Amino acid sequence: MRSHSERVMKAVFLLTACVSIIAVILICVFLFASGIPAIKEIGLTDFLFGMSWKPGQGMYGIFPMIVGSIYVTAGAIIIGVPIGLLCAVFMARYCPNKLYKVLKPAVDLLAGIPSIVYGFFGLMVIVPMVQQNFGGSGKSLLTSAILLGIMILPTIINVSESNIRAVPEHYYEGSLALGATRERSIFKAVLPAAKMGILAGIILGIGRAIGETMAVVMVCGNQAVMPAGVTSGVRTLTANIVLEMGYASGLHRDALIATAVVLFVFILLINLSFTALKRRTD
Amino acid sequence: MDMRRFIETYKKRPGSLAVLFLVILSAVLTVGVLFALIIYILINGVANLTPELFAWEFNTDNMSMMPAIVSTIYMVILSLVMAVPIGVLSAVYLVEYAKRGSKLVKVMRTTTETLQGIPSIVYGLFGYILFVITLGWSYSLIAGAVTLAIMILPLIIRTTEEALMSVPDSYREGSFGLGAGKLYTVFKLILPSAVPGILAGVILAIGRIVGESAALIFTAGTVAQVPGSIFDSARTLSVHMYALLSEGLYTDEAYATAVVLLILVIMINALSGMIAKKLVTR
Repeated sequence: MRSHSERVMKAVFLLTACVSIIAVILICVFLFASGIPAIKEIGLTDFLFGMSWKPGQGMYGIFPMIVGSIYVTAGAIIIGVPIGLLCAVFMARYCPNKLYKVLKPAVDLLAGIPSIVYGFFGLMVIVPMVQQNFGGSGKSLLTSAILLGIMILPTIINVSESNIRAVPEHYYEGSLALGATRERSIFKAVLPAAKMGILAGIILGIGRAIGETMAVVMVCGNQAVMPAGVTSGVRTLTANIVLEMGYASGLHRDALIATAVVLFVFILLINLSFTALKRRTD
Repeated sequence: MDMRRFIETYKKRPGSLAVLFLVILSAVLTVGVLFALIIYILINGVANLTPELFAWEFNTDNMSMMPAIVSTIYMVILSLVMAVPIGVLSAVYLVEYAKRGSKLVKVMRTTTETLQGIPSIVYGLFGYILFVITLGWSYSLIAGAVTLAIMILPLIIRTTEEALMSVPDSYREGSFGLGAGKLYTVFKLILPSAVPGILAGVILAIGRIVGESAALIFTAGTVAQVPGSIFDSARTLSVHMYALLSEGLYTDEAYATAVVLLILVIMINALSGMIAKKLVTR
């Protein structure tokens, strides 16, 4: 009797464990099945490298959006990684215990704030700031990069901090004993040892930045053209979907789903490199 | 380190001093941004928290957020009802039953990591294609909840796994030694002692559901009334805020909604922090 119920429950556990596998398969199948035919109809090169997105005239080129997503993500990394990494150094190496009890929850809270609230804050505070200092409408590549740079901070900080803490203490002490300053010891002995882990954190940050939608759509300006400079407006892949999906139909709708397919492939590539990197560090 | 030694060490090494300055600056910036955001939203939002915004019925005069709050609670409950059992049982299979390093475990690791990296807008489109269109549920609470359940599944699996692994092996050995079966051991001994860890994960998941907007706009829709059944469209608080902003006329109401969202997120984070602290001291 008991062995019977044991076996049944083991099967149940196994079945639930397969749910996540089934979910990934379903996501792939349904996205690709709706997106690929649209890409075929538009033509792969016209879709990926077409310079104009004019659904009214049957032109579906998403190249400006691909470039927009890459620029915005790169900007976020340029702004977020140095600040995040140095903040992680502070938390792992300098922070007194009492201050840490404030700092750690603060970073966690930064991760928990909804992206729509970030977007609103960006719209009301960062957009006017950029407008005053750099001209233009304020809704720009630069604004999106600043906002996304803030949003990826918790990812960068948490991953970097745990990797810095994982470096054996004698690296640091040995360097100090040789007469190096604390800073030199941290940056020349500890950080190089944590390099791979920190890189993995940066890749996670890239994934977050490229997939972010609601915050970016508020501040990026949404012009579906190649950005002329850091203060001109851009449209990201994610923004393209959320802006037009509400009213799109027919090929237009399928082209938006195909946009999500392109984004999905980007994310899969990022995930793949993350896993490869993690395997190398283990 | 007293002041004189500090000055003496760094006088000869201005580079180290500059680095120290940058490290501290980064930490200050990180916390500064968080406080700036919170204070800015509170200052501008609290005055806008009028009683009309909490009226039970929504109409275009009062723009009440009460139905959105109710829908958010429904959404949280529905998503958790699906995701928590599946996630917890999956983790039980992974930790207690599966052979370490088996092929299935490797595939599951990859799929949960993939699910974790998928941007919410891609989840939204997937939910739209599968649940709203293919299964014909139209924009509904249930379509949104299933989409979110898949989205939070990896979080639940991971936190449960960690909680299960932190249960000492002596519990299992003791239980088996006394002649108890595997099932009995799992449900009467291991899961109960892992409850705090699982709970901390569930609370984090609640935070993600409350903050989510991109995955819900095209699955649960944006109807601003209290849903009558799970097949009615409904907007959660975050989607409500997006709707207010995209109409462009309701900045005051958006501020007020942001205040409520922020307070919710702060409470959720504090709660999960408290449970996590209990875990450490135990």
